[in-house]
Amino acid sequence: MCATGIGAAVRRKEDHRFITGKGHYTDDINQPGQAYAYFVRSPHAHATIKSIEAKEAARMPGVLGVLTGAELAADKIGNLICGWMIHSKDGSPMKMAPHPALASGKACFVGDPVAVVIAATLAQARDAAEKVKVDYAVLPAVTDPAQAQKSGVPQIHEVAPNNTIYQWHLGDAKAVESAFTSAKHVTKLDLVNNRLVPNAMEPRVAIGDYDTGSGTFTLWNTSQNPHVARLVIAAFVGMAPEHKLRVIAPDVGGGFGSKIFIYPEEVVALWAAKRVGRPVKWTAERSESFLCDAHGRDHVTHAEMAFDAEGRIVALRAKTVANLGAYMSTFSSAVPTYLYATLLSGQYEIPQIYCEVDAVYTNTGPVDAYRGAGRPEATFVVERLVEVGAREMGQDPAELRRKNFVKEFPHQTPVIMNYDTGDYNASLKRALEIADYKGFGRRKRESARNGKLRGVGFSTYIEACGIAPSAAVGSLGAGVGLWESAEVRVNPTGSVEVLTGCHAHGQGHETTFAQLVSDRLGIPIDNVSIIHGDTDKVQFGMGTYGSRSGAVGMSALVKALDKVEAKAKKVAAHMLEAAEGDIEFKDGKFSVAGTDKSAAWGEVALNAYIAHKFSGQELEPGLKEGAFYDPTNFTFPAGCHICEVEIDPETGNTEIAAWTAVDDFGVVVNPMIVEGQVHGGVAQGVGQALYEGAVYDKDGQLVTGSLLDYCMPRADHLPALNVATTVTKCPSNPLGIKGCGEAGAIAAPAAVINAITDAIGTEAIAMPATPQAVWAALKKAGRSLPHAA
Amino acid sequence: MAAVSLTVNGKPVTTDVDPRTLLVQLLREELRLTGTHVGCDTSQCGACVVHVNGKAVKSCTVLALQLEGAQVLTIEGLAPTDGPLHPMQEAFRENHGLQCGYCTPGMIMTAVDIVRRKGHELDDRTIREELEGNICRCTGYHNIVKAIAAGARAMQAGAASQAAE
Amino acid sequence: MYAFTFRRPETLRQAANLLSKNGDAKPLAGGHTLLPTMKLRLASPPELIDLSRIEGLEGIELTGRALTIGAMARHADVHGSPVVQQAIPVLAKLAGMIGDPAVRHMGTIGGSIANNDPSADYPAACLGLGATIVTNKRRIKADDFFTGMFSTALEPAEIITKVSFPIPKKAAYQKFRNQASRYALVGVFVAKRGGDIRVAVTGAGANGVFRIQSFEEALKKRFSPKSLEGMTIPADGMNSDIHGSAEYRAHLVGVLARRAVAEAVGK
Repeated sequence: MCATGIGAAVRRKEDHRFITGKGHYTDDINQPGQAYAYFVRSPHAHATIKSIEAKEAARMPGVLGVLTGAELAADKIGNLICGWMIHSKDGSPMKMAPHPALASGKACFVGDPVAVVIAATLAQARDAAEKVKVDYAVLPAVTDPAQAQKSGVPQIHEVAPNNTIYQWHLGDAKAVESAFTSAKHVTKLDLVNNRLVPNAMEPRVAIGDYDTGSGTFTLWNTSQNPHVARLVIAAFVGMAPEHKLRVIAPDVGGGFGSKIFIYPEEVVALWAAKRVGRPVKWTAERSESFLCDAHGRDHVTHAEMAFDAEGRIVALRAKTVANLGAYMSTFSSAVPTYLYATLLSGQYEIPQIYCEVDAVYTNTGPVDAYRGAGRPEATFVVERLVEVGAREMGQDPAELRRKNFVKEFPHQTPVIMNYDTGDYNASLKRALEIADYKGFGRRKRESARNGKLRGVGFSTYIEACGIAPSAAVGSLGAGVGLWESAEVRVNPTGSVEVLTGCHAHGQGHETTFAQLVSDRLGIPIDNVSIIHGDTDKVQFGMGTYGSRSGAVGMSALVKALDKVEAKAKKVAAHMLEAAEGDIEFKDGKFSVAGTDKSAAWGEVALNAYIAHKFSGQELEPGLKEGAFYDPTNFTFPAGCHICEVEIDPETGNTEIAAWTAVDDFGVVVNPMIVEGQVHGGVAQGVGQALYEGAVYDKDGQLVTGSLLDYCMPRADHLPALNVATTVTKCPSNPLGIKGCGEAGAIAAPAAVINAITDAIGTEAIAMPATPQAVWAALKKAGRSLPHAA
Repeated sequence: MAAVSLTVNGKPVTTDVDPRTLLVQLLREELRLTGTHVGCDTSQCGACVVHVNGKAVKSCTVLALQLEGAQVLTIEGLAPTDGPLHPMQEAFRENHGLQCGYCTPGMIMTAVDIVRRKGHELDDRTIREELEGNICRCTGYHNIVKAIAAGARAMQAGAASQAAE
Repeated sequence: MYAFTFRRPETLRQAANLLSKNGDAKPLAGGHTLLPTMKLRLASPPELIDLSRIEGLEGIELTGRALTIGAMARHADVHGSPVVQQAIPVLAKLAGMIGDPAVRHMGTIGGSIANNDPSADYPAACLGLGATIVTNKRRIKADDFFTGMFSTALEPAEIITKVSFPIPKKAAYQKFRNQASRYALVGVFVAKRGGDIRVAVTGAGANGVFRIQSFEEALKKRFSPKSLEGMTIPADGMNSDIHGSAEYRAHLVGVLARRAVAEAVGK
């Protein structure tokens, strides 16, 4: 390992600009002549738009235009789409309702954009927006997914009777039924996976521009996948042909899934720019982010696990209702199906699994992938069932897990996935040591002496990452392939530019991708630049989400580097007057085997371009290679998280007393960055378990519409985290990487709730387990301690 | 429009502003100092923290006109351009105290203010409590806390070596 | 924000005149409640009267048996003041619990009290300590000052100049935060000064800060947490929202009151 190679904790190359305030986020960009957009949004969750009166607004100072859904339709701007087809049990396709960028005829959630004002300044746009008079006929609303399919409930879209988008299933219902019939013990749980607001710290921004000379649109946006945005806006929305639309996603301040999707505001910024003949900028206020960024989770599940007399799991079944909100967001359909039910085997050998998922529309904001996307929901189901099962059967929860772990690989689960490798016992063992599980009893007694309740909870999770083999996801309904691309441009002086289709918004690709190049080519890491996020610069790519950039994006880079090396060897062979087969490349030097003849990397790069040593018939000049890498399997990061909580029974307040995470991410490129990803994921998972929850009232108003009511985890909500790794190398990609971005968010909620329920002695607690909720659960269970003075 | 004169990163600024102009708008839009960010609209997130007369302030909740005669320091002015980084900036880099970087300028400005008020030996608990007005969605705070503790010590060492010179 | 004009008077008299001339004008102290409200377009004062240039509104001094704090004293000033820390340490501590460090550098005691947010900390201290609110026109007892949620006894063009706190023998404040906003979900301030015992509660009451007579009577017999054991207050009249039901808030009042008394007596 060299100092900047794979495995080294290299300090991040991108940090200098961020710590000096010189990052370039979308809102930092302004175009000459730029105007500003302010959206008029529906204040009602469900309402017919009878009329929109914009004359007064149009006369306000600085106003360049007031646009509505009618103009959008007149200009033949197409709808936003969900790009993953799911079929119901009966074979019928999912019921995707039209989703225009500006609501037309009807508003379906609070925040649904119904008009936009474009003005010279933002204040003018906002002033004028208040003068747009929308006449609504308010309709009754439904916000609770558990109610959405009932009779007599308001119908949101004509195409979807009973608000049902699909009724999907996976697994063998009959086999599961018979396994349950002969089971010795059955554990049953009703679980709500609470709805979350992603809240990347950078709000979404879109700047649209239209060049009348060339007929070209440019969109600067806060995107995790600019090429996908361009594809959708070109091919489905029909704004412009793909080659006449450039999408630039510069520095992006966090995504966590919420910036994968194609949003109405991006479409409107482009369209309005052409309409008013000026660049148009829209910057979300946090309140708008709360209403309109796609939320995450929102499942209601009944789940059961069957055990035999020895405590072996014989079957699992789950019935889930997933809330997709008012419209189907870009990848929403896949999250509660193929990203969820396929992980219900957890780390366990479970012979039979059956899962039914109904996806429903409600009068709430759209719901789509949020860090973990389906896998946290699956982990919560499995890990709560196992934990409660252990308690009910009087077994140690660690021991019960160990007994049921998958131990031989590859392992085919009954729910599609083929686990390639892992050592679940190794991570559990290590975590038990680090967490001092043996000392828990002593700590619990000490807490009791201080009037506190202490509990411990496990989560031995698995996830499917490295998303994804294109043919596999295609067979499951995906509208795109999920390969990744890389291009390596070697300059005549030997420095290297890598163009990747991945996109970094906190992950540190400018460092880790450069580490791979430095390691492989033996050149200083400072001689490598990583370029991403601009469709005019970078070849098509699929972007960053699903912990895919290491496993898929860097694999593409390996392939491109293979080609670069092969070509460079040809150049070196000509330079060194040797046979190509005799050229060896090591530590940045090309040498002729068995001789002292060699050429340095820089000399070979220069010769590739000056082309003095070979003729055009023999070899093309230049040194630039591209590659597309399509994975052959998902990757399966897994691990064990142990949470210890201390609860004040008088107030119900929960403190995380200790956190241990032992994860197997395969080969780690930069341990510092990987640890950071675990920290951040755990914080989001703890947030889900203890602090965060989007709440709509029965009329569809978002009660938790700002940071004053939606609790984002702060520094004093969290402890220092003990993070370690074990390694089994991923066999399906060249670097052996599994991916690390989502693990914490996937593992953490179950660990926290298992710890709390251990402490309070009742399973009846929902997320977020706020002080009030814990106090109420204790009270209901009659476990409240006498008042301590 | 109303006139206001203040000093930003050591440079005098005199300008006419719409009275409703917030300090953060003056910094970002007029002075093009875009290192100061806006992350919320309820004065909670701290991405916009700058120093006014030496103290940490949320620049999204101060009118430019309130700052007549004030000294404002932003992330861009914390260390000289092309000069060495401020020890707190260096500590954030060294300890991986940032990921997407969006909250980072506010975090660093807050951190420097914590050191001013609480000194150079900061324990974990103190730092976490002092960060209650700064939200980060990426790091889980673990490495931010480490960075601030290290940065605080480095600021003392820096001050000591300057004094010795 | 909506458009407004900005005034920067240099004397209290000028400020009062400006406020009299325009009934919708608002005085601007630290601005940490007013400006966020204006940003969300929930308030639209046509004129802001900035009080920060007026001399003599920021001082903190101990006079006889009272601690006087100027209306424009920032929370951070009160928190860090050796005079406050010496005279009424709990007041310094309470000031350090408001908002966050950056907010405390701007927010003022006068602004907080004039706003009388039902979850704010200072109203509990004023009522709990039996403070006197001094304005450009008169002196108002805390018991008469806070008249309900976001409402006070202040008249148009009346400006708080300082707050005078009698020095208690024992006092403590227990705050249980709303996890999201960090405001008090419930805060209980207890103080004992001779035979005068006060228990003031913020965050819980639907009408803002209030005293609990039953707790005060019990503590008059013996100033000990034991005196409050088993005592509760009814949930009627408590705030109720997603963060805390009326029942939960009423329960917390009892818990925090006992903890505050325990802290005050040094247990």
